[in-house]
Amino acid sequence: MEADIIRHKPAKRLGGIFSRRILLDICLISAAIAFFFIFPNNLGFMTRVLVMIIMVLSLDLVLGYAGVATLGHAALFGSGAYAAGIFAVYISANPLLGLVVGALAGAIIAFFSGLILMRATGLTLLMLSIAVAQVLFELVNSERDLTGGSDGLLGIDMDPVLGLYAFDFYGKTGYWYALAVLVVVFILLRVFVASPFGLVARGIHASPERMRAIGTPVYWRLITIYTLAGGIAGIGGAVSAQVTELVSLESLGFNLSAEAMIMLILGGIGRLYGAIFGTVIFMTVHHFAASVDPFNWLFVIGILVLLVVYVVPEGVLGLPEKLRKHLGMAK
Amino acid sequence: MTAGLEIRNLYKSFGGLKVAQDINLDLKSGDRKALIGPNGAGKTTFANLITGILHPDSGSVRLNGVDISGFKESKRVKAGVAKTFQITTLFKSMTVRENIRLPILEREGKSQHWFGRAERFSAIEAEISKILAQFNLLKFEETPVRDLAYGQQRLVELALTLALKPRILILDEPAAGVPSADSHMITDALERLPDDLSVLIIEHDMKLVFKVASKIVVLVNGAILTEGTPEDISQNQQVRDLYLGAQHEH
Repeated sequence: MEADIIRHKPAKRLGGIFSRRILLDICLISAAIAFFFIFPNNLGFMTRVLVMIIMVLSLDLVLGYAGVATLGHAALFGSGAYAAGIFAVYISANPLLGLVVGALAGAIIAFFSGLILMRATGLTLLMLSIAVAQVLFELVNSERDLTGGSDGLLGIDMDPVLGLYAFDFYGKTGYWYALAVLVVVFILLRVFVASPFGLVARGIHASPERMRAIGTPVYWRLITIYTLAGGIAGIGGAVSAQVTELVSLESLGFNLSAEAMIMLILGGIGRLYGAIFGTVIFMTVHHFAASVDPFNWLFVIGILVLLVVYVVPEGVLGLPEKLRKHLGMAK
Repeated sequence: MTAGLEIRNLYKSFGGLKVAQDINLDLKSGDRKALIGPNGAGKTTFANLITGILHPDSGSVRLNGVDISGFKESKRVKAGVAKTFQITTLFKSMTVRENIRLPILEREGKSQHWFGRAERFSAIEAEISKILAQFNLLKFEETPVRDLAYGQQRLVELALTLALKPRILILDEPAAGVPSADSHMITDALERLPDDLSVLIIEHDMKLVFKVASKIVVLVNGAILTEGTPEDISQNQQVRDLYLGAQHEH
């Protein structure tokens, strides 16, 4: 009797979700490929969008999945950028090796800062995360000989990717390179969030008290997640350094951290896709608004954020569900 | 080596406020003990001292002869001490099935796997189904916990805690907030707990206490006033004056 009752039924439902996601993935990759041909004069901007998506995906892992709100994510991105840049200038200009160095730098900074940050919550955590980024900012600024200080790190001249594809003036190689790295990062993150550890991250977000009560050492799990996110943000920073062949202090700045959080909130936290849509919307609006009015473009962004927060607090990804519910009620 | 939980000379103060004073308690395999006392007696604090949420100023907590006083909360859970909370504490955005999956993954040491889907372990999924069937929750397995009635959430919390396969189970007011019409669900579930599980139940509902517990410990001002069978306690004039009053007419 009991055997009849005990069954596993979610396969069909999960299958539906998977096929929808795969369809969405194909659409997104097709769009990214199409944009290359449709907007050949905007490759620099589109590459910046791809790089920023990597950083916002990393923030989504920390904020959206594990529920850790930080305003210092640029510390991890900038560490990766400077490490990969310095590595390219002084040791090796191999892009893939540079990615590894960037990932390691981001992960190491995340691990050691996480030892302090993950003990805090709420406003204290926000303040501490800003402080960590500021300390790094000033440290990099003061080490002019190595980092270039406020002039930025110059002299990066990357080798061709895989020895075949040289970074060109028009940014064609840079675009494909950034897109390839983003696709790999996205796949890895999707595997991670569906894994047992991904479930643990969601559990910590939902109830750290209950996680402790089931025997999870929450602090160390958070440090692991933050370190992983640091590695990913570091990869984003490394790609940024490699494709622009420049690293500026802005890559460690507060503005970058704050913008990344706004992008994630715009798109919708805890879904990975939110990072993609939020970044694309924010940067596109920013791009066009700034070209129309270089001084007051933040006004448009502010209105956009207000609209999203009040109308769809789940971000633009929550819009279809909201519409469905609304139409369902109308019927 | 003594089987079960041994608590000896436990003291805890918050500044000048003594919340645990020389508490001694034994909980042997299969025991069903209730901890009662007026509001502010220190019952939840005492539970927190056992589970490691709080650490005592002095005294010891031993589990099967091993001193676990210095263990952190997560390590005590691994050693076999589990608790339910006074206010239901669940993963409310997750489904009922996911709520049970998490403790089993943790118990089995599989929670740190970074690759492969969380639901890929067929033995774990079968165990989840078995637990859900035991608590009549199978039909809600894909329902987010936040959408369940409070009484059902209480059952999920009990199921989640039992999924850890604890040796010591501390239930902090398991029927609190559950409408009286549904409280039988909790009582039935408590009566079906494994025989070898040691249970310490903190509860104000004396009907539930007298139904479930074979021994009652009365805590007043952080100290044990008396311990005895339900009959002894219900006839103890001091307990009646201090706590039971008109609550229980035996």
